[in-house]
Amino acid sequence: MKEIVILSGKGGTGKTSVVASFASLTRDAVMVDCDVDAADLHLVLNPQVEEENEFWSGEVAYIDSEKCNECGLCQELCRFDAIKNFKVDPVSCEGCGFCAHICPLGAVDMRQTMAGHWFVSRSKYGTLVHAKLGIAQENSGKLVSVVRQHARTIAGKENAKYIISDGPPGIGCPVISSLSGAEAALVVTEPTLSGIHDLERVLDVCRHFGIPSAVCVNKYDLNDENTQRIQDYCSDQGVAFAGKIPFDNIVIEALIHKLPVVEYSPECTVSREIERVWQFITE
Amino acid sequence: MILSVASGKGGTGKTLVATNLSLALSSKTRVQLLDCDVEEPNDNLFLRLPISYSQFVYIPIPSIDEAKCTYCGKCSEVCAYNAIAVLPQKVLVFPELCHGCGACSYLCPEEAIVEEGKPVGVVEKGKRDNLELVQGLLNVGETMAPPVIRAVKKYVDVGREVIIDVSPGTSCPVVEAIEGSDFCLLVTEPTPFGLNDLALAVEVVRKMDIPCGVVINRAGMEEGETERYCREQGLPILLRIPLDREIAALYSRGIPLVEGMLQWREVFYELFEKISAMVDGGRNSGDGIKEEHQE
Repeated sequence: MKEIVILSGKGGTGKTSVVASFASLTRDAVMVDCDVDAADLHLVLNPQVEEENEFWSGEVAYIDSEKCNECGLCQELCRFDAIKNFKVDPVSCEGCGFCAHICPLGAVDMRQTMAGHWFVSRSKYGTLVHAKLGIAQENSGKLVSVVRQHARTIAGKENAKYIISDGPPGIGCPVISSLSGAEAALVVTEPTLSGIHDLERVLDVCRHFGIPSAVCVNKYDLNDENTQRIQDYCSDQGVAFAGKIPFDNIVIEALIHKLPVVEYSPECTVSREIERVWQFITE
Repeated sequence: MILSVASGKGGTGKTLVATNLSLALSSKTRVQLLDCDVEEPNDNLFLRLPISYSQFVYIPIPSIDEAKCTYCGKCSEVCAYNAIAVLPQKVLVFPELCHGCGACSYLCPEEAIVEEGKPVGVVEKGKRDNLELVQGLLNVGETMAPPVIRAVKKYVDVGREVIIDVSPGTSCPVVEAIEGSDFCLLVTEPTPFGLNDLALAVEVVRKMDIPCGVVINRAGMEEGETERYCREQGLPILLRIPLDREIAALYSRGIPLVEGMLQWREVFYELFEKISAMVDGGRNSGDGIKEEHQE
């Protein structure tokens, strides 16, 4: 079993469209959507949810106003400015419990929070493990670990050849959580200055955690010069270059029809290039 | 006014809107742009302001004075993040798990813990004419963006019109960046992904009780669903930016729209005026717009 994580640094470069096409090409993988804040893969894979689980994570402080004598110690000590007027703002509270430990009257309680849901679903391409983080919740990294762990278990049971993971944008907590221990990362970028800047940072993260990575440029013909720059950068850095996919409205058309582009239009250049990238990273 | 630009889905055009709005507005008044997408800050690729100030962002992590420590285990017991393990003759600290809450050092009965700063990122400032940029940069390999975002927001200058570029998503970094805004502009694209994530972002700003409006980027395709959603939710569509190869080409080269296609200068300025009027209107009628954010 080989776990391949698709990342991008910058959002909107086409990670999810690429992952959906990979799923359709291999039919021997478990898919996992690690973008738990804004999960979209299910919109293309159209799965049936078979299992829904609650994600309980972390705690939030709660002040019992009957017991509180408004001494203000908790407000003074909270590093996250989460207590104002002797009330806890659950959005700012990071659940450290400092206030509960120091309250002289024992008026602060730590309560478990339900921070989202995660699902195991069946699609015609294989099993999809995905999640929905509660609105404005913390611990997206932990939820990513949960969905990845279950994807691994399922892939083991199904004897799947691959786990294909649709990663989140950025380089922070959920990205690191998606990446640690994976076999390989494919970074999908675009030939814009922002795309290049963000690509460099996410490749640094992959290197930091020792994950072998490859790069593919989506919509490469929007700026050939920048695409060349990316190719040069990869060869300088010793990062594998997996291919380039042209810009074509067919990708959006496929999306609107809720189909992977390789299935919606198997003969178009976009589909052929995606297939080539898949072959490259699985060889 | 503090105006944040968010989206849910990445790559819909937050940076495009935030930078062009800032540039258009700075030809008339003093503007401050805060790039709070500290994982991948891109605003200055377009503004190209010289950086004149740079400051590390630290989070306090515990350092144990083993001469004083009796290995009682209190610090490990109070740490909610499992960042301290106490062995019979040794205390292990895991800095990457520490949130810097300070409970361990405060509660240590032997006063054997002092806090040391661990750098997690940088805040930088640059200025040109009427426009000031403050940007945060999370160090590669660090997980926690919120301390860097908080550090950027300490520089908010209420003497200026403030625009905040927010990271994609709906979790803690987004909340941290948007908090305290008078208005939130949500940038979307008319695709099923764009719409799905717009709805998530709308839930976030509503939960935070901040008024919002929508910008549709890459408009001109199938916009029906997005329009229907906005109508049902009572969300004003404040601007449409068409799907246009020239716009995409300028963006790819790091050229602001308001400089490459001058007609956009007025469009972005009008967008700001529109929002300003909505915020003032809300303030006067008092429906849902909070005075306290103006401090």
